[in-house]
Amino acid sequence: MKHTGVWALAETHGGKLRDVSFELLARGRALADQLGCELVSVVMAEPMPQEELQELIARGADRVLAVEGEALGDFIAETHSNVLCGLIGERRPEVVLAAATFNGRTLLPHAAMRLHAGLTADCTGLAIDPDTRDLIQTRPAIGGNILATIKSPNHRPQMATVRPKSTRPLPRDAARTGEVERVAFRPQWLDGRVRKIGERADQQDEANIQETDVVVAGGRGMKKAEHFAMLRELAGHLHGVVGASRDAVDRGWAVYPRQVGLSGKTVTPKLYVAVGISGAIQHLAGMKTADVIMAINADEDAPIFQVADFGIVGDLFEVLPLLNDRLAQEGNP
Amino acid sequence: MNILVPIKQVPETSNVKMDPSTGTMIRDGVESIVNPLDLYAIETANQLKERHGGKVTVLTMGPPSAHKALREAIAMGCDDAVLLTDRAFAGADTWATAYVLARAIERIGGYDLILCGERATDGDTGQVGPNIAAALNIPLATYVSGIESVDTGRGEMSVWRMTEHGYEQLLLPLPALLTVVKEISFPRLPTLRGKQRARASEIPAWGAGDLGAEADKIGLKGSPTRVVKIESPKVTRGGTVVKAADGPEQAVDQLVAFLRGRDLV
Repeated sequence: MKHTGVWALAETHGGKLRDVSFELLARGRALADQLGCELVSVVMAEPMPQEELQELIARGADRVLAVEGEALGDFIAETHSNVLCGLIGERRPEVVLAAATFNGRTLLPHAAMRLHAGLTADCTGLAIDPDTRDLIQTRPAIGGNILATIKSPNHRPQMATVRPKSTRPLPRDAARTGEVERVAFRPQWLDGRVRKIGERADQQDEANIQETDVVVAGGRGMKKAEHFAMLRELAGHLHGVVGASRDAVDRGWAVYPRQVGLSGKTVTPKLYVAVGISGAIQHLAGMKTADVIMAINADEDAPIFQVADFGIVGDLFEVLPLLNDRLAQEGNP
Repeated sequence: MNILVPIKQVPETSNVKMDPSTGTMIRDGVESIVNPLDLYAIETANQLKERHGGKVTVLTMGPPSAHKALREAIAMGCDDAVLLTDRAFAGADTWATAYVLARAIERIGGYDLILCGERATDGDTGQVGPNIAAALNIPLATYVSGIESVDTGRGEMSVWRMTEHGYEQLLLPLPALLTVVKEISFPRLPTLRGKQRARASEIPAWGAGDLGAEADKIGLKGSPTRVVKIESPKVTRGGTVVKAADGPEQAVDQLVAFLRGRDLV
């Protein structure tokens, strides 16, 4: 049986679809159109309301494959991997995409190992070779210093995780039609070895630097933790989230989940604001693919200005309050 | 508590210099180091050993020169090391790398825990840890930021794992595999005594034959993925840079105009 169909794994949190699910459908739609095949949105979660699943059709899916069970409410790698490998074995998709999130980057390598499938991590570009139907995957490596193009010519399905925020969701189209297929969770999929026994929220706030349109990051130039209040104000005006360089995290001014760079997170926002960050290669690796980069730094030779679209050389303690006042007056909604 | 730590030798990327005229990486004189994110796994393993007894074994797949990375881990306090080296391993992607590491782990045997770094700073995939757990069919927790408790009597441990929303706590029976993030520990420096031990250590080198590895699952042949092109993206954007010294209000005005022009305010 030949492999056909593009699958995009949806992600849920607290019974709701996460935005990355829609971004992934935008990617999948383009690939399915090139391949001339069906785009399937795969949901593995606790039972979901019909209108929530219908939303996946409005966002580009031809079919929703919803595997529902109480056992899928928490992300347990082994159980989710059993479901995914089971379904792939039965239905044989050609391409399987997941978001390069904590869970996506756990589940896909687990399943790919069992399937002896090729898997490319954290892709920023995906295309189809029309002659071979190979998935042409582009991803940054070596701290963003190179862009590698990767394919899996002899193995199916072709699997990839896709960097969040590297594409925009398709506009919602309520007129789109498609089938919602519900599959009951099968007992043999349950792996009861690992159990989730607790959780706690990120203490600073709920937002996440990899899934926001604007990141306002501070570095060593901020001088102390209290000064991050100015960054939180700026982030408020710009509807963004505060990030930090390794220096700032190592000094305890921000928590590790906020760290941008080689040993922290890679972010691809629409706007990245670097304040008091010199722009060491380790930091640039985590943010240089942002759409627009803005920098404020006292040192005009700081490497951050090399990658900036707009930079201000000056004392951040003078510039930031002025900027915050200006944006407050703008009455930016 | 016997702990295995698979590590990787990587180029020292944090000091990578780019050639501004060609936009390519200057490779001359780039040193090999232990993947910086593996140091947190090594440190965590050593702390668990100090608390619960047992020993820590590091292993790596790489060229013969990769024994240097293993010796560095011994200098940090690890007990034993195994080098997996064979020409037939060359060209391995994450799948074929994990296959070899899993075969070696089965050969070592008798382990309670496998600790991996979050990812390597060169390939940046973070796939090999989950790959190994799948190959060995042992419980997996990724992006672990803290260990809450270890109950060696019951053979289980409880850990905190990062998510997009904060942290979640997982209870895992042992043996299990964890990939750990920087937050989990603060790596110690090698000691003088550790360095002496590292120099004197005998490190066995195992090849494909020693592992009973299947030929179609190792090296380039066993790798589903192929790298077909490498490009060096240009780093410089050549944007506008203004000086606050020439008038901070004007600088901020220009900035706000720029943001408005890009529809960002």
